[in-house]
Amino acid sequence: MADAITATGMTTQRVQDSYMQMVRRKRMYGGIVMALFVALMVSGFMLADSRNAGGFWSGIGNIFQFPSEVLAEAGEKIALLPGLMVKFLPSLIETINIAAASTLLGALAAIVLSLLSTRGLALWPAMIPVFRRLMDMMRAIPEIVIALVLIFIMGAGPVPAMIAIAIHTAGALGKLFSEVNENASLKPVEGLQSVGARWSQRMVLGVIPQVAPNYLSYGLLRFEINIRASAILGFVGSGGIGYDLKNAFSWGQGRYDEVAAIFLLLFGTIVFFDQLSGHYRNKLVGRV
Amino acid sequence: MAMLDATMPREAAALALFRRKRLIAMAVPAVILAYFVYIFFAFDLPGLADRARMDNAKILVADSYSYKTHVTRDNRNGGISIAIEGEAKGAYAPGTAPDWVRLTGEDAAIITLPRDHRVEIAGDVTRVIVPGYGEIVLQPTARGVDMDLPTPDVPEWINAASNRVMITTDAGRISMTRARTEVFRYSFGWELFWFTLDSPFHGKSLGELAGLALSSERVVPERSNAGAMVHDVWNNQMWRHKDVVWAIFETILMAFLGTMGAALVALPLAFMAARNFMSLGTVRFALRRLFDFVRGVDGLIWTIILSRAFGPGPLTGALAILITDTGGFGKMFSEALENVDEKQIEGVQSTGAKPLQRYRFGVIPQIMPILASQVLYYLESNTRSATVIGAITGGGIGLLLTQAIITQKDWEEVTYYIVLIVLMVMVMDTVSGALRRRLIKGDGSGH
Repeated sequence: MADAITATGMTTQRVQDSYMQMVRRKRMYGGIVMALFVALMVSGFMLADSRNAGGFWSGIGNIFQFPSEVLAEAGEKIALLPGLMVKFLPSLIETINIAAASTLLGALAAIVLSLLSTRGLALWPAMIPVFRRLMDMMRAIPEIVIALVLIFIMGAGPVPAMIAIAIHTAGALGKLFSEVNENASLKPVEGLQSVGARWSQRMVLGVIPQVAPNYLSYGLLRFEINIRASAILGFVGSGGIGYDLKNAFSWGQGRYDEVAAIFLLLFGTIVFFDQLSGHYRNKLVGRV
Repeated sequence: MAMLDATMPREAAALALFRRKRLIAMAVPAVILAYFVYIFFAFDLPGLADRARMDNAKILVADSYSYKTHVTRDNRNGGISIAIEGEAKGAYAPGTAPDWVRLTGEDAAIITLPRDHRVEIAGDVTRVIVPGYGEIVLQPTARGVDMDLPTPDVPEWINAASNRVMITTDAGRISMTRARTEVFRYSFGWELFWFTLDSPFHGKSLGELAGLALSSERVVPERSNAGAMVHDVWNNQMWRHKDVVWAIFETILMAFLGTMGAALVALPLAFMAARNFMSLGTVRFALRRLFDFVRGVDGLIWTIILSRAFGPGPLTGALAILITDTGGFGKMFSEALENVDEKQIEGVQSTGAKPLQRYRFGVIPQIMPILASQVLYYLESNTRSATVIGAITGGGIGLLLTQAIITQKDWEEVTYYIVLIVLMVMVMDTVSGALRRRLIKGDGSGH
């Protein structure tokens, strides 16, 4: 009896020991990871600081200088702001159009690509890896790369930006769409097949109705992202509000009222479409 | 009868639904089509065909896999020089030449071009032998260029003006002005990618290089052979491997610092913006609006504002990413925090834990997988953003790419950078994807 008790006591002791050891090891690993992370952050920061034209500590004091200059000038010419906003409205519309057209084009391509790369739905099952890699490639190329190359060929304008964003969108949405497709029921597809529907008919009538709300939700989110992307590409040289911003900004003092007007327009647009897409996405996801 | 009455409205409703669905099925593609028609004209696509420079596209494609070597004769002072891409850093030392150029004298050379084309330079006189056509004799004069053709008509591949003659064939290009005669020969590949002409290792085969690397006889006295090879590749002036590697590293650094910094800043703020951790409604509201504001202002504007304060460089890019993503992270983290299970926190509290300990042991383990997965996702998408931001602020591979594109001649370098960028993004994708999968599968406890 006494033996049994000591034995149990020893087992408990052993369990406790091994548990404590495990905890210690876990803490040690956690500590090492933490220390590594901190070291990476600090050394990374110092390196970035040393390779920057202006240092962090000398620049931090000036951080509000440019915004305050802009605000001061905009404040002086506040009566002009509404007029300037109207003046830049066409470029803003161009930026939104680039985003909308590229989202639509990209989404249409993504639908086809995703259907071709989903197991059970693909037209040529052997080609699934090919289409997947293709989407990976399209996703990996930053928009600016395609845009700059196309600007060289086509000249400055909205089309290079549209194509560049559409390619990236097709890759990004294609991946998300194919994840959605995987959850679609195959029964309607089989039903359609049994009555002799072609592949395109099976997809359009059997799959798309099931997944359309999710597609739309992802598409709206992408549209939001693409508005930002199209503004940035404009800054690099492909039309729209970004281009005007670059011009006004590089002109410097004297045109800060224009900078302020463009900032306001851009900010308002982004927030507006964020809210709009957020609202509809909630509605769509709620219905599903 | 009564049953029939009951089905009638249902049938009508079903038919109405069908009609509506059919209408939507027709209307959606029609609206999309109408929008594309509008875009077609708004973006002036018909005019684009005129503006598009297909010759630029041809140069771009040709340059991306080939390089040209310039053989130049100075028509004023005499003398022949040979340089890859016509750049000083790709110049052959005087008296040396690639195997298709035979230097026959101080001021004379025989240049063999593909498909039996040949160019013979002898002083001022240049003879171009085109198989199937004949011999063209070119000579600079005081007024311009004299040309003797074997046929009375000028063929369309010769562009002759009084002061300049250009002969463009598949074999290469020859141009003569009063100042100089130039012969361009295109060759396949990325020349001087590893060693430039001034390196003793240029032109050696892989086997020879391996042999040299192992031998103890030093080619360059101050370094071992392997060290000298690495040094020569690393300091290659033509392809600037050192700068490129630094630029890639800078881009990743921007993304890493920005993303991690944003997560660190956003976490405490998210606690203050979550309903279950902050009872003061005003603070919550203010923080939520701050997140929205920071996100709405967008990376582009933050980049511009910050580049004024900090100047161009990777730090500016990192800070721009940091500020923008603080908004995104703050929003997502606070949503995750509002969905935590209160029971675990109560459990930790019951052991007498102070608030900070409650957060550390009751909350963080619960949200850690979501948090880490979001951060990793942002890290990979920020690698792409950092390329773009680098192009704007002037740092990283984005800057190199825009510079190479603006000069409009080093397209092989542009191709090289694009390949590197795609590889960089794909590697980051793969690494972060693998880490995320491990996190989500995880050990369940989340510690």
